[in-house]
Amino acid sequence: MIVDTPLLIITDLVKEFNDGEISTTVLNGLSLSLDRGEFVALLGPSGSGKSTLLSILGTLMRPTSGRFEMLGFNLIGARDVDLTEFRNQHIGFVFQAHNLLPDFTALENVMFPAATRKGRETPVDRRRATELLDKVGLADRRDFPASKLSGGQKQRVAVARALMNSPDLVLADEPTGNLDRESARRVMDLLIDLNGTDGTTFLISTHDETIAGQCRREIRLLDGRLARERH
Amino acid sequence: MTYSFKVALRYLASNRAQTALLIAGVAVGVYIFVFMSALIGGLAVLLLNRTVGNIAHVTIQAPDRDPVSLYGRDSGTLVAILKSVQQRTTLQSAAAFLPAIEAIPNVTSVAGVVAGNGFLTKGEAIAPVIVTGVEPDQVSAIANVAGNLVAGSGDLTIGIALIGSGLAKTMGLQVGQRVSIRSERNIDATLLIGGVFSLGVSSVDDGAIYVHLRTARVLFELPDGVSRLEVKLDDLRLAPEVARRIANTTGLKSIPWTEKNEQLLNGLVAQARSGDVIKGFALVTIVIGVASALLLSTYRRQSEIGIMRAMGATRRFVVGVFMIQGGLIGLAGGLLGAGLGYLSLLPFPLPEATSSTGLPIAIGEGAYGTAILLTFIGAIFAAIWPASAASRVDPVKVIGP
Repeated sequence: MIVDTPLLIITDLVKEFNDGEISTTVLNGLSLSLDRGEFVALLGPSGSGKSTLLSILGTLMRPTSGRFEMLGFNLIGARDVDLTEFRNQHIGFVFQAHNLLPDFTALENVMFPAATRKGRETPVDRRRATELLDKVGLADRRDFPASKLSGGQKQRVAVARALMNSPDLVLADEPTGNLDRESARRVMDLLIDLNGTDGTTFLISTHDETIAGQCRREIRLLDGRLARERH
Repeated sequence: MTYSFKVALRYLASNRAQTALLIAGVAVGVYIFVFMSALIGGLAVLLLNRTVGNIAHVTIQAPDRDPVSLYGRDSGTLVAILKSVQQRTTLQSAAAFLPAIEAIPNVTSVAGVVAGNGFLTKGEAIAPVIVTGVEPDQVSAIANVAGNLVAGSGDLTIGIALIGSGLAKTMGLQVGQRVSIRSERNIDATLLIGGVFSLGVSSVDDGAIYVHLRTARVLFELPDGVSRLEVKLDDLRLAPEVARRIANTTGLKSIPWTEKNEQLLNGLVAQARSGDVIKGFALVTIVIGVASALLLSTYRRQSEIGIMRAMGATRRFVVGVFMIQGGLIGLAGGLLGAGLGYLSLLPFPLPEATSSTGLPIAIGEGAYGTAILLTFIGAIFAAIWPASAASRVDPVKVIGP
């Protein structure tokens, strides 16, 4: 799975938040890289910078300084519109609180990343979204409104949505945090399976050591720095 | 269907009660707009019909005579240029112009009249009158004399006079009585009152007399030609334009009614402006209503906007979703308001038939298309601020990984 060129590289990444006169440094010179096809756990206590790192890697937030390259693109100075397009094509998100669009069906939610890029829902995308829902075991729920699904079902729809545009990287923030044990197990099995079959890179932020144990690599943050790594 | 259109529709459909309320609010504004347009238009129609509906919309006269240049007897230098005002201006070859004038669009009738001033006497009572001589078949071509008779008949044979109701009342005259008329050229004629009309315009009813054209020729010593041609139009608002065309076609002096009724025209313009202000307020209310509702929707859907942005939706897409919502609300409210406005105006009689206590509503003056178009544009305009606010939502703040 692992090829020579890293999927992404961050170097000396710093993120400071200024709230009036108070300045807080959340990421403090962080450097790391991710290779294609990796299945990585991101660990660390609250306030260690996990969420901020995911936001920057997801191009939702700009760092204060440092370098960030992905797929050979320097994303630090990119325009907002270019970052949006890059995010749409190369990055998928799975949030702790599924974050589905409640007025749309499961199928429409999965199709959203493709439809918003093309400006319409195409038959090809409809087929792909149906396949993904089938893959996450929700083919029979495709026309259900998102608001009518259970917590575990919503999270599996969110996983399918994250994979809709065949991204190179999926960022998952506590993907099982709001689920019961059985649903959490099913979601993790799904992510591992997708990583194995599609070769998609997963970076999973978690507090759960059991989940971290299922990942092939662990990155531990402390006070915005890399504290420890396990390969 | 574009995807932003689908999302906008879904958002509107997902909260039907709010959307219905919003559309109803817009519809009320449009209804006020339509009603005010019909009322102001109706008032204008009523005023115009009552004041200038029974006069010539365009009066055609002979061109002014060339001024006379006076030179000094010895020096030969120009001493003065005198404009002739002592001679009557008459149209000697009026009949030759009739086909060309009648062929001009919007002209419904043309009548040649011989007119002048005179005095009507009955016993010792004397009243100044304006005598108008017309061919019998043209007695109602300009003023609807036959349709506004209060006594007698409209048959205008030689020796018969049709007089205004005010004049009849002042002089104590009735149909069947004989009266004497002395014209401005000191020629007398005795006429039988054949009918009394009431046009509702005091200046006409109090001093106008219609006589046969040949009677007028005698009274005013005009064996040939006419004093003027009077033109009636199907739309009296087009009078200035038609007058220009007549002047260009015939070379004659054409005077639209607007030139002689400037104060009435100013009053109508002021009335229309007042209506525009009220309609403007209705539009502003619509814009504020749509803007506030969409702004509320923006705040309520912040997390969804954040999700969309995280999934790769551009700011432009988000702006589009909210602008389309504004446009759809404006269009639906505009159509509903204009439709209801039209239906509710249907039972009103025409302004001409309105009683003195009723509202003079002109259903054709409802400005339905303008109301819908302005509401549509206004609602899109109202959506700019909410849409802009929505596009600036920071996904990290509202959903954050």
